Amino acid sequence: MAMKFRTFKRHFREGAKNIWRNSWMTVASVGAVTTTLILVGAFLALMLNLNHVADNLEKDVQIKAFVDLTADESETEKISEEIEEIPEVSSIDFATKEEELESLMESMGDDAWGLYDQDNPLNNAYIIKTTDPQDAIRVAGEIEEIDNIESVSYGEDVVQNLFQFNEYARNVGLVLILALVFTAIFLISNTIKITIMARSKEIGVMKLVGATNWFIRWPFFVEGLLLGVLGSIIPIIILLTGYYYLDNNMAEMSQFSFIELLPFSPFAWQLALLVLVIGATIGVWGSVMSVRKFLKV
Amino acid sequence: MIEMQNVYKTYKNGVTALNGIDMAIDAGEFVYVVGPSGAGKSTFIKMIFREVQASKGTIKVNNKDLTKMKWKEVPYLRRDIGVVYQDFKLLPKLTVYENVAFALEVLEETPRNIRKRVMDVLDLVGLKNKARFIPDELSGGEQQRVSIARAIANHPKLLIADEPTGNLDPETSWEIMKILEEINATGTTIIMATHSKEIVNTIKKRVIAIEDGLVVRDEHRGEYGYEI
Ligand SMILES: Nc1ncnc2c1ncn2[C@@H]1O[C@H](COP(=O)(O)OP(=O)(O)OP(=O)(O)O)[C@@H](O)[C@H]1O
Ligand SMILES: [Mg+2]
Repeated sequence: MAMKFRTFKRHFREGAKNIWRNSWMTVASVGAVTTTLILVGAFLALMLNLNHVADNLEKDVQIKAFVDLTADESETEKISEEIEEIPEVSSIDFATKEEELESLMESMGDDAWGLYDQDNPLNNAYIIKTTDPQDAIRVAGEIEEIDNIESVSYGEDVVQNLFQFNEYARNVGLVLILALVFTAIFLISNTIKITIMARSKEIGVMKLVGATNWFIRWPFFVEGLLLGVLGSIIPIIILLTGYYYLDNNMAEMSQFSFIELLPFSPFAWQLALLVLVIGATIGVWGSVMSVRKFLKV
Repeated sequence: MIEMQNVYKTYKNGVTALNGIDMAIDAGEFVYVVGPSGAGKSTFIKMIFREVQASKGTIKVNNKDLTKMKWKEVPYLRRDIGVVYQDFKLLPKLTVYENVAFALEVLEETPRNIRKRVMDVLDLVGLKNKARFIPDELSGGEQQRVSIARAIANHPKLLIADEPTGNLDPETSWEIMKILEEINATGTTIIMATHSKEIVNTIKKRVIAIEDGLVVRDEHRGEYGYEI
């Protein structure tokens, strides 16, 4: 719908005027948006970082398939062919039992395992990764069925718990964020509704002289947008400074050094933008919802 | 210009206000709608600009079928119809000038056209010198003249007035009637609901009498016909 520029200016002027005119309503609405966005922003930062940490851990998930001690070279070769046929598999490495022993000795110290130098009790092994770490459990099961595989390990407990935790964290976070956003929309739409009562006469006259619903709605749209943007200023400042501080200090605190946060740039900026968009949406939605009732013919 | 066939209206609360109205009004006519209180005059009038929707029957205004009209088209119907109420419906915080300009702003007129037209209609109703006043600073008759100015600002073909003199003393009422007659003389159709015996019997026009939601009388140059 093409809008004339002076009409656009008019809607903007009216929307801004109402923000100014109903100052207590502005404070109440902006307060609601601000509180919500601080919580939503903190949640998002936490959730996205949890995801990031979990993703990193997931990437390390690998399957180790131990080859029967009795398997000869061609049988061992055949195993690798069969593993390669599984579509989810992304990479496959072979580790001889000598290499396995070496890495064990490196991590545990030569002394304990030096004895086995001559008589190596370990198996040859395949180290497999899947494209999607979530498939590891299923793929491990398939590999176990292959002939001449003695056993398979993929850190069962850790992996399973990790996946489960991730899913919980995602769902709970999402539900909390949605609940917060809807509460804010409800609060705003109610605050604005109170001031619309006073303006219902004006809306009535506008309808009487033939204003379209969108003509009536636009100033409220602008008003909501401004309320949302005003409400996101403080949360964005808090998020940016808070995250900057965390990002700089986390690495220095030795007890947290293993946690790798998403880097301030671009993550914090993207988060700020997201908070702004959520704020604007809350404002517009709440405001436009509150006029709906008065537009009925 | 207006055609109603077998129009019924039953409100949500079960009250039946119109009981099968049949009538037609031509362009340029001046019509009084009379009848006892609660007869359905306001309901009848509100149907014409779709403030109220018919429960049954067909209504045509300016060749548009209101019963089939989508809600999106209603604003455009109203742009061809000026409406005047007993209680004026002016916005108290706006000046006389702004109250009239408001109606044109809604139609996205250019500022220059708005300025010119507002001064023209204020001149027509004799309020050019009070353009900067707010409604509270005006008498009832003056406020009604502002609302008439607003109603005709967009050159509507049809002017509807629901008891426009209902809140005014007799002398002021005559002033308002003079203005309505002038507007009618320029070709605008006027439909006016009224309880004023003096007006109907003095300025003779077509009279449609409604009782219990039915047209019981329809005469040109008719009489008011009720004792007050
Ligand atoms: N919005 C409404 N909802 C329900 N009933 C209504 C509504 N408006 C009017 N009515 C009923 O419809 C009937 C006709 O009312 P209407 O206002 O049309 O009468 P009227 O002829 O204009 O009366 P008056 O001369 O007192 O203005 C009345 O019984 C009234 O109570
Ligand atoms: Mg009435």
